[in-house]
Amino acid sequence: MTRFLDLTLSGISTGAVYAAVALALVLIWRATRVVNFAQGAMLMITTFIALAVINATGSYWLGFVAALLSGLVLGAVVERVLIRPVEGGPPLNPVIVTLGLYTLLVAVGGMIWGNTPRSFPAPFSLRGYRVGGTTLLFTPNDTFIVLIVLALALGLAVLFRATPIGLQMRAAAFRPEVARLLGVRVGRMFTLGWALAAVAGALAGVLIAPSVFLGPNNFDPILISGFVAAVLGGLDSPPGAVIGGLVLGLALSYVSGYEGSTLVPLAALAILVIVLMVRPTGLFAATRERRV
Amino acid sequence: MLTVEGLTTDYGAVRAVDGVSVQVGEGTITAVLGANGAGKTTLLRTISGLVRPRAGRVSLDGDELTRLPVEEIVRCGVAHVPEGGGVISELTVEENLRVAAVWRRGQAARPDEIYDLFPRLRERRTQPASRLSGGERQMLSIGRALVARPRILLLDEPSLGLAPLLVAQIMGFIRRFADSLGIGVLLVEQNARSALSVANRGVVLNLGRVVADQEPHQLAADERLRHAYLGF
Repeated sequence: MTRFLDLTLSGISTGAVYAAVALALVLIWRATRVVNFAQGAMLMITTFIALAVINATGSYWLGFVAALLSGLVLGAVVERVLIRPVEGGPPLNPVIVTLGLYTLLVAVGGMIWGNTPRSFPAPFSLRGYRVGGTTLLFTPNDTFIVLIVLALALGLAVLFRATPIGLQMRAAAFRPEVARLLGVRVGRMFTLGWALAAVAGALAGVLIAPSVFLGPNNFDPILISGFVAAVLGGLDSPPGAVIGGLVLGLALSYVSGYEGSTLVPLAALAILVIVLMVRPTGLFAATRERRV
Repeated sequence: MLTVEGLTTDYGAVRAVDGVSVQVGEGTITAVLGANGAGKTTLLRTISGLVRPRAGRVSLDGDELTRLPVEEIVRCGVAHVPEGGGVISELTVEENLRVAAVWRRGQAARPDEIYDLFPRLRERRTQPASRLSGGERQMLSIGRALVARPRILLLDEPSLGLAPLLVAQIMGFIRRFADSLGIGVLLVEQNARSALSVANRGVVLNLGRVVADQEPHQLAADERLRHAYLGF
């Protein structure tokens, strides 16, 4: 029973990180109908920037802020410089651009910071809470991870539901041409969508780095899980991405705990295939309204 | 006054609009008529910047609009209601209205003013626009275009798919906006008879060219034109 509780709690924590990665993918998909294969490399770069700031200043929180800010800038620059010129062309073109960007960033990361994985500090204790005589597989740092991802999700929900800028972003995502006819500066909304997505990705990077270490390719499995979570949630729906992330985190945690951790990547892909076969619009699709 | 001079637009190898000149004065309705494929929709899309002209000029009270980005042309006061209305189904009725108000800030019409014009929309304000009937969609898209208080309204087939009674109602609304708000309307219609019933001027297009530009009663009296291009 304690084992089940442990697996559930740690599943929620990793699920929260998957949710952040899924949010990053979903925000970009919604805005520009591009699957951003470079997301893992982008969050690797921002996490390295965070580590550089932490090492230079000795403050975790300055590094944390640096990650988010560099994500904001990186996302905006990538959209404006690399994606904008291929928008409106064949849908495969931006996909190829993101694949190229992935390769480029991984290479650049390796050139600057080397290919040996480095450890990354956690802001809170990594020792599990003690309840009665047992130590739980859930740490104060996990609490931080879950709360900060929750805050991100709530912040995005408020932005999209309750602010004029969020309303314009939704209009631009659903019907770009109509939005332009209503005076919405659609290009800026796309840039903003990419920037916010990259912030969500940067957040996921600094949150997971203490447990996977920091190297040019260390975030690839997280990105696969994030992608599965996004598909699980319907690829189109931010709440779906959060729920998809948590569901996937729990599922993979049980697989890892009861069947062995080597099965985890396989299980993630199996879940992806099954979801695509059974419910291609995702488990929590907000897409039904769109079919009208 | 919206002035279009010698506008020419190609769609691939096809010349969709060929040297078209039209004018829309304050508070007047200019109907653009013609068969399918005559270039009516392309004319509107070129004026609002959605497609680029090969030649010609669009100006509003002397200020050139040609080649401005779509969202800047809207901000000059030219509102385009595309064919089918372009209602955003995923947003609620009220969100559709509010998104059109953002750039106008304090000067935009409040949703209540639009609901006063179209009371049916008030009952459905919190529903997704996907639930609206055809007539309600048309009301929402016209109401939404009015939110930013435009000076010129470009309407693409507002009667499309509507029952005759609704068509008459919509035409009545359009006449009222021209008279009471002083909006100039460029009204593209296949339904020539109802468009001419409210228009101040009728322009007939065929294969992208203007074949007639007259008062509505003159057009209606010209049997050759009526049979060849207007279908009544």
